[in-house]
Amino acid sequence: MSGFWGVCRAIVGREFLRFIHQRERFLAALVRPLVWLLVFAAGFRAALGLSIIPPYQTYITYETYIVPGLCAMVLLFNGMQSSLSLVYDREMGSMRLLLTSPFPRWWLLFCRLLGSTAISILQVYTFLAIAALFGITMPPLGYVAVLPGLVLGGLMLGALGLVLSSFIRQLENFAGVMNFVIFPMFFLSSALYPLWRMTESSPLLRDICALNPFTHAVELIRFLLYLQINWIALLWVILSTLILGAIAVWGYDPARGLMKRKA
Amino acid sequence: MPEAISAQEATGGLSVRDLSFRYGAKTALDAVSLDVAPGCFCALLGPNGAGKSTLIALLTRLLVAPGGDIRIAGHDLRAAPRRALADLGVVFQQPTLDLNLTVRQNLAYFAALHGLPRAETPGRIDAALDRLGMRERADEKARALNGGHRRRMELARALLHDPKVLLLDEPTVGLDAAARQSITDHVHDLADQGLCVLWTTHLTDEVRDTDHLLVLHQGRILADGTTGEIRGDTPLSDWFLSKTSVQA
Repeated sequence: MSGFWGVCRAIVGREFLRFIHQRERFLAALVRPLVWLLVFAAGFRAALGLSIIPPYQTYITYETYIVPGLCAMVLLFNGMQSSLSLVYDREMGSMRLLLTSPFPRWWLLFCRLLGSTAISILQVYTFLAIAALFGITMPPLGYVAVLPGLVLGGLMLGALGLVLSSFIRQLENFAGVMNFVIFPMFFLSSALYPLWRMTESSPLLRDICALNPFTHAVELIRFLLYLQINWIALLWVILSTLILGAIAVWGYDPARGLMKRKA
Repeated sequence: MPEAISAQEATGGLSVRDLSFRYGAKTALDAVSLDVAPGCFCALLGPNGAGKSTLIALLTRLLVAPGGDIRIAGHDLRAAPRRALADLGVVFQQPTLDLNLTVRQNLAYFAALHGLPRAETPGRIDAALDRLGMRERADEKARALNGGHRRRMELARALLHDPKVLLLDEPTVGLDAAARQSITDHVHDLADQGLCVLWTTHLTDEVRDTDHLLVLHQGRILADGTTGEIRGDTPLSDWFLSKTSVQA
């Protein structure tokens, strides 16, 4: 059967159309990192001393430090948002339409993942553009080099969203689960503070941060923005994406009965 | 019933053998077997909770049962799910439209999900909408349509890929009398033209005496035959109530 690309184009296209109809969502997704950047970071710049750590070659301001973390935050929130819309789709029935397509499920899910990642990346670039307007800039080529990192990070966090959506049975349970995912993931990472600062307060917390895949997504993006590759982060992100993707496909296996609660 | 399987398989249609399904300890379907021939309008009548929706979920592969066989237009749903699903059209009980998209966009999305060639899609969409008298609404947003028209559009969509078997899961829920009548008539016409139709409902007035009738109650098939013969001289609603309310 041909049409694998056709079905992918349609699923990604639908995500874009939905996105265009939800301008509030776009604004909210932009305001969040900008508040962190322009308010939180401004307040913290005095409190937090940063030494020169790779990939930076000079002293940097705190605002500059947290930009990659905030890029990853946009990806994280979008991954969760897409997970929420999957649960919503399932309750509303349009998930049935998708899953009764004769194409293999893993392909349908992957296309869906691709669509939500593409939208995340659009938002990240908008965020980077606004940050640049406020004078927080990266090397010009860094904006291009970061793209594969954003794709990988977006796929990883989107896959996490898929996994969660396959285990969350009801929309009402969503908020609770999100609090247990978004906040620990974000705060137990190198998004807001370098890991060496964490070591000073607690080696255990540092170890947890170092295991957190989100940390590696942040570091991958950080290094790519400065035209370097953090191989460990790259491997870690790829591995996490594959594992999460496999769990998601398993979670959506009809024999396991995703729709079992009320089919 | 089971011995009739080969004739049905050769000609397509829908056939189910020994299908059981449990939600944990609760049995939803208990060794259900049924056959629907091409060109046949089969009404699957059952009270709420009889197992109709579970049966639809199994037939559409949203769920997979541990045992039993389902054949759609001759394709084994377990062994060749993609071929079986390609011959299946479904109208779900819940609406499955993107309300923010136009009718045409909704149909095009579905066409792509079914792998229809892009060049053919516009022509097929026009033809499908023409059949249901909805061509002039093609560029309106689904949100602008009333309940009856939304359902008609979902029916048009379910026929877009020329399925051999059409499943409708309580398709008239929430529609007014005129819309119900129109959609019931239309699907009967489709069956007369050779489509194999399985129509689930709990409303006896949607069933005609000449229809194939299956009565599902507490996960089992209670009756299987022609409606007129099954009900005899009793109105179908009375017959149905007497059969299904005793144990309830």
